[in-house]
Amino acid sequence: ASTSGAEHASARARGAAVERDEPPAIGIRCVAYNNQSNRLAVSRTDGTVEIYNLSANYFQEKFFPGHESRATEALCWAKGQRLFSGGLNGEIIEYDLQALNIKYAMDAFGGPIWSMAVSPCGSQLLVGCEDGSVKLFQITPDKIQFERNFDRQKSRILSLSWHPSGTHIAAGSIDYISVFDVKSGSAVHKMLVDRQYMGVSKRKCIIWGVAFLSDGTVISVDSAGKVQFWDSATGTLVKNHLIANADVQSIAVSDQEDSFVVGTAEGTVFHFQLVSVTSNSSEKQWVRTKPFQHHTHDVRAVAHSPTALISGGTDTHLVIRPLMEKVEVKNYDAALRKITFPHRRLISCSKKRHLLLFQFAHHLELWRLGSTVATGKNGDTLPLSKDADHLLHLKTKGPENIICSCISPCGSWIAYSTTSRFFLYRLNYEHDNISLQRVSKMPAFLRSALQILFSEDSTKLFVASNQGSLHIIRLLEGSFKHLHTFQPQSGTVESMCLLAVSPDGNWLAASGTSAGVHVYNIKHLKLHCTVPAYNFPVTALAIAPSTNNLVIAHSDQQVFEYSIPDKQYTEWSRTIQKQGFHYLWLQRDTPITHISFHPKRPMHILLHDAYMFCIIDKSLPLPNDKTLLYNPLPPTNESDVIRRRTAHAFKISKIYKPLLFMDLLDERTLVAVERPLDDIIAQLPPPIKKKKFGT
Amino acid sequence: MAALEEEFTLSTVPLGAGPNGLLGVEQSDKTDQFLVTHGGRTVILYKVSDQKPLGSWSVKQGQIITCPAVCNFQTGEFIVVHDNKVLRIWNTENVNLDKVFKATLSAEIYRIHSIQGTEPLVLFKEGAVRGLEALLAEPQQKIETVVSDDEVIKWTKVFMVFRHPVLIFITEKHGNHFAYIQTFSSRTLSKYTLFHGQEEKSVIQNFTASVDRKFISLMSLSSDGCVYETLIPIHPRDPDENQRVVRSLLLKTVVAGNAPSGVALTVLDQDHVAVLGPPLPASKECLSIWNTKFQTLQTSRELPQGTSGQLWYFGENLFMLHGKFLTVIPYKCEVSSLAGALGKLKHSQDPGTHTVPHFVNWETSRGYGFGSQNSEQSKRILRRRKIEVNVPPPAFEQLLSTIKKDSEKDIEVELCKFLAVKRTPDFHAIVGDIVLELLGRHTTEPSFYPRNSLMQLIQTHVLSYSLCPGLMEAALEKTDVQMLQLCLQQFPDIPESITCACLKIFLSISDDSLQETEINMESVSDCSDPVQEKMDEQTEILQNGFNADEQNCDSCDRKLNQKPQDAAEETTSCPVVPKRAALLNAILHSAYSEMFLLPHLKDIPAQHVTIMDWICLLLDANFTVVVMIPEAKRLLLSLYKFVKSQICICSELNKIEVSFRELQKLNQEKNNRELYSIEVLELF
Repeated sequence: ASTSGAEHASARARGAAVERDEPPAIGIRCVAYNNQSNRLAVSRTDGTVEIYNLSANYFQEKFFPGHESRATEALCWAKGQRLFSGGLNGEIIEYDLQALNIKYAMDAFGGPIWSMAVSPCGSQLLVGCEDGSVKLFQITPDKIQFERNFDRQKSRILSLSWHPSGTHIAAGSIDYISVFDVKSGSAVHKMLVDRQYMGVSKRKCIIWGVAFLSDGTVISVDSAGKVQFWDSATGTLVKNHLIANADVQSIAVSDQEDSFVVGTAEGTVFHFQLVSVTSNSSEKQWVRTKPFQHHTHDVRAVAHSPTALISGGTDTHLVIRPLMEKVEVKNYDAALRKITFPHRRLISCSKKRHLLLFQFAHHLELWRLGSTVATGKNGDTLPLSKDADHLLHLKTKGPENIICSCISPCGSWIAYSTTSRFFLYRLNYEHDNISLQRVSKMPAFLRSALQILFSEDSTKLFVASNQGSLHIIRLLEGSFKHLHTFQPQSGTVESMCLLAVSPDGNWLAASGTSAGVHVYNIKHLKLHCTVPAYNFPVTALAIAPSTNNLVIAHSDQQVFEYSIPDKQYTEWSRTIQKQGFHYLWLQRDTPITHISFHPKRPMHILLHDAYMFCIIDKSLPLPNDKTLLYNPLPPTNESDVIRRRTAHAFKISKIYKPLLFMDLLDERTLVAVERPLDDIIAQLPPPIKKKKFGT
Repeated sequence: MAALEEEFTLSTVPLGAGPNGLLGVEQSDKTDQFLVTHGGRTVILYKVSDQKPLGSWSVKQGQIITCPAVCNFQTGEFIVVHDNKVLRIWNTENVNLDKVFKATLSAEIYRIHSIQGTEPLVLFKEGAVRGLEALLAEPQQKIETVVSDDEVIKWTKVFMVFRHPVLIFITEKHGNHFAYIQTFSSRTLSKYTLFHGQEEKSVIQNFTASVDRKFISLMSLSSDGCVYETLIPIHPRDPDENQRVVRSLLLKTVVAGNAPSGVALTVLDQDHVAVLGPPLPASKECLSIWNTKFQTLQTSRELPQGTSGQLWYFGENLFMLHGKFLTVIPYKCEVSSLAGALGKLKHSQDPGTHTVPHFVNWETSRGYGFGSQNSEQSKRILRRRKIEVNVPPPAFEQLLSTIKKDSEKDIEVELCKFLAVKRTPDFHAIVGDIVLELLGRHTTEPSFYPRNSLMQLIQTHVLSYSLCPGLMEAALEKTDVQMLQLCLQQFPDIPESITCACLKIFLSISDDSLQETEINMESVSDCSDPVQEKMDEQTEILQNGFNADEQNCDSCDRKLNQKPQDAAEETTSCPVVPKRAALLNAILHSAYSEMFLLPHLKDIPAQHVTIMDWICLLLDANFTVVVMIPEAKRLLLSLYKFVKSQICICSELNKIEVSFRELQKLNQEKNNRELYSIEVLELF
């Protein structure tokens, strides 16, 4: 070992290795932007719905697990920040954003739902169905109520848009767009869309999106690659832009109606703006201004926030492209964001047995890490004496996605939860054989967990339920005993999403999405203290051994260290808050998802996001904005003086990326799980092929 | 290629054939609106694209419409004749025909002709012609007899020739046909006997005519099923003499011989005619489009429910009876294009989609500001919307008044001041206004040509053709090639006619005068050895142009400075002087749509064209001719070779691309095998 650091052998496992039967890359189907809360709802093709807080550094603060039969086709926000979705099973679903569960599902009785739109005042909901019906629902304080049907159309209603006055709506179907009068429910205009595509008559022209502007213009996007402007008063075509050789699949208009964005099946996003054509005249026209190509596949959904264009597609990326002319300070917030990986941990590990548990949408995989007897120098790949073993493939029953999972540090317990069931398994190891035994008769209160954690000695199980309560269960050989339940603080119903337990088993820290972090004393089964609330959501939590310092990472990239015994921030935490983090540290765009500690080096904190891992050495000076933050290992021939002079507290490595998980197995072994982007792309259907040469 | 589109029915009311059937279809003064006259008593105005009637008027019981209603293009009123002698004139606001203006004439009317650009002309059954105005001034005036007894008018048409109407009508007497041409510019009437030639027995069934500058091409469909053409001079050498004209066979057996009824013929354009009738004796009736130049059938449409032998063609629509309903078949004829066949034809761009250069360029502004990041100010700040941008700065007013009266020197000074001021968001529009103001003074005061100011304004990079229409025209007029080059480089939206006019000037300007002008030589900067040679013969240029070594698919990438590899040709590498080459490059790099350029290119003499692309376009314009003439065989052969090598290159490129992808895949697989590895990592 060198004088300034330790040598670690790192095991590098690639998560991609293990699953072949289920697509891990789930494309984005819909996005919906809420202006009041600056939040973005994103639904994926497996029915998962995610909520991103754009004010909190685009952090994915909430999610609703997917369901096999619940393919979401439409997503929208209503008054009071209520979120609705509609899908191919014909159900309208309202989500409870506090308890993080589905409030209710209601059959619209029109076959699969293809489109949805909330009225401008936010109190009426419109759905477009497979059978050609447009149904109007009244949004009541706790539910929705069917009001009436509009005139039935010949084919499915694929897109809907309200006129800002709420008197008319436009509905896109196959080959035509209908304009309805909301009062009478009858179609006042039917605008036929040309099927022709570059002179070739296609069989059908699907209107993928419509937008109704206050001046009566209807903008439509269709499968023939057209963006068309219609006059809804006369039902005539005003302007036609042919922008793609393939489908134009989505459209979103800004609130000011001076700009809109469309997404195409070629992965291109086009920006249109309303600009004046001559000086001294109020005459303005729509001009296609900027094309963006950030996707490789279909852009299925777009949204338009006041400052950014947002697009999501089959290639699983969520892209947020700020509009330069709307941003005065050209800082890091004005840069493009591409969100690909979930902002939570899907992997847990058993340090004792060197096991990794991978969580997928519908199954769990247990792998035993390999080993080596060889040694080498920095950068060497060592020959394996034993390869990694796939021990277990645990499939869920039922259509629901897995919410969370955990393996105990001793490797003898696995627990996971779906929306309606909680599973606990006991694992027995006999030489190379492994047997699995389900612990039956789980108590009724353990129905749905948002987070599961085992104590360091694997004798206790902590479960955060979606009602805001925390359950503590004592694990015995093959059975369990309910020890205690911490009820949520009076007046809050917020669910806890993150848990951390101290290695000595005395303290449990739990955090929700916005309120502060609560610390419980497990010995005395009572609330010990609450860390002061901070503006940005917590992304990772951990309690250090021996000192019982709680380390908290927030979505704005701030890291706090809070002493649980002293009930205050540590001196180091105060120092770094005073000095401020390095600007490059704050500009990272993925959140820290896991924090761990070295058992023998109490001054070290290990943490990682998707593109780097970092060891914070609290004994070293903090970097200021002038120092180089990412300071790769200086060459060994440099003198110790130079090494010491350039050294600072943040040791960052970008060797492994995209990094899904990293933990310290023992003093000398790190395990890192990479998820190469190429593997995700390889599993996607091929994109629309563009010939590069010839004609 | 000529094509018939999907037909649709116009009237919902069934029409009978014969006298109670359809009398006529005529254009109205609004596009897409047509007057349909039903034989009995009704006139209906239809909007064709909507397939719905806009108005309907009927004459009283007992009266009968004898001549199709027309629209007076000068007043927008409609005119119809009932009971042979009574004129009715009305407009869309009138409801009852009985209450509208009425004039009873002294003679029976055969037809009223109304076309754009002239007053309606009334043709009487006795052959006399009157203008409507003169007739209405004195309705009971005496109408002379032109045709002899037993001579009956069979068909008539009117044309505009050099802004004057020319009327033709055909009469028949005892099986002989006579053509009368009435010109109004010289007020002459000439008579021709139509000589049938060898096919004496056939009976003429239907006529149509088109006009060239000097001749009326009269086409007739005979009972033997053939189409004959007769050329009749518009201005006869001796008007008083009765002349004979001979007809010649144009198309053989387009309809079955001796077809009982329902044959009709109409000219579509100079190469195409539409024929209505059964193609074979026993077959159903058909509408067919024939190319007269190549005598080929282009397309046809069966009319199973029969038709009436009436056919009208206006704009892009063919009107006919199909069964009992008036049917419209839209007709399109696109110019066949070699570029299209080669796949070189660019997608015609929507003119609205041109990227306007004054927008924020993301790529350049992106890097800016990263270093100035401050952790405290990471909140996004919305820029206040600048709504009051339309107030021009005071310097603008000052400048405008200077332009109105002061000298060019003063304007330049004032302009410099103005341009130094910070740019407002509507800067482009203001600059456009300044240019228009300068041009305005130039038109009233031709000696005033503020060249320097204009150049300076163009170089602001915010102008486009549509912002300052007239600028390029003025430069063309002044043969200001330098300014034209600048405009071509800067403007994204130059109409093809202007591009063509520039090309004409660039090709015709003498080398001496080019020597004196200042031209941006950037696009030919590495042309090291300019060869001062006059243009060579076309064949040699072609050889040079088609040299396989310099082929490049994309016309925009082509530059004149490519040096041929062949050493023997080195001396003739560039047939034009570098300055001209720079100008021509400016044209090649400008934005143009080939589809719109073709008609203008036809006006450029072939020996001027030195550049491959332009030859290609010329070829497009005359492709069908080139394919037919034996002299072009060599050209076609070299073209063929070129295309073949081009395809070869493309297919090889595609193969290489696929190979690379395979290699990449193999690479990935190799990486995938290392799914699990143990590595040594020294951590600080």
